[in-house]
Amino acid sequence: MRYHGYFRSDFQPPLNDAPSTFVNPLQRTLTHRESIGLVFCCTLLGAAAQILMKIGAHNLPPGGPSAIAADPLVLLTNFALLGGLSLYGLFTLLLIFALRDGELSVIYPIIALNYVWVTILSLILFHETMNPFKAAGIGVIVLGVTILGRGGGR
Amino acid sequence: MLLVLLASFIGSFGAVFLKSGSAKLRGGLRQILNYRLAAGVALYLLSTCFFVTAIRNGELTVLYPLVSLGYVWTMLWSRLFFKEPFTRYKFAGLSLILLGVWFIGMGNR
Repeated sequence: MRYHGYFRSDFQPPLNDAPSTFVNPLQRTLTHRESIGLVFCCTLLGAAAQILMKIGAHNLPPGGPSAIAADPLVLLTNFALLGGLSLYGLFTLLLIFALRDGELSVIYPIIALNYVWVTILSLILFHETMNPFKAAGIGVIVLGVTILGRGGGR
Repeated sequence: MLLVLLASFIGSFGAVFLKSGSAKLRGGLRQILNYRLAAGVALYLLSTCFFVTAIRNGELTVLYPLVSLGYVWTMLWSRLFFKEPFTRYKFAGLSLILLGVWFIGMGNR
C-alpha cells in the first residue's frame, strides 16, 4: 500500500491572493443535494406550521366564523395561528428555491415527509396513540423519500 | 371525494406554477413578485380551501390517499411541461410514498 496522504510531491499550498470561491447561493445554481436539503428543511417548517395552526384553531372562540366576524381581533392576538401562517410563508419561500434548481418530480413528493413529522409530533404533543398503521406509514414514506432523493438526481 | 380530487388537481398545478416562476429568480431576488409565483400560491390556497371543506365531512381514510394523488399529477406535469424523465427510482419512491400516506390515513382512523 502506497501512502497517499499529505506528502504528495505535487501538493501546492493555496495562494493567499487566490480569488474567493464563495458564490452567493441565491445567485448560483444549487446542487441536487442542496435542493434536497432545502426541501427537507421545508418539511420540518411545514410540520411546525401545521402543529401551530392546530393549536391556534383550538384557541379560537367557539361559534365558528360568525364569532370571528364579530370580533376579528381574536385572529390578531392568536399568536399560534399567526406563527403557523408565517411559517407557511417561509415554507413556500424555501420550496420555491428548492424547485428552482431541483426536478419538480423529485422535490415535490418529498414534501410527504410532512406526514411523518406531524404524526411523530402529534404523538409527543397531543398524546395521540401509536398504532401499527402509523408506524408502517412512517417507515414506508421515509424509505420512499430516500429512494427518490438518492436516485432521482442525475 | 370529488372535492378532494379537485383539490389535489389544483394543488399540483400550483406546484407547476411555482416551479416555472422560480426560474425567474435567477434574474435577482426582486423577481420574487412575478405572476407565475403568485398564481402558484393562489392555486395552493384554493386547493387548501377545497381540502378543508372536504375533510370536514368525509372519511379521512379515503381522503388521505386521494390527496397524495396530487403527487401523481405532479409527476405527469413535470414530464409534460419540464421534460423531466421518468425513472425507476421515481416510480419506486412515489409508490412507496403513496402506500405510506395510505397507511397513515388508516392509522388516523
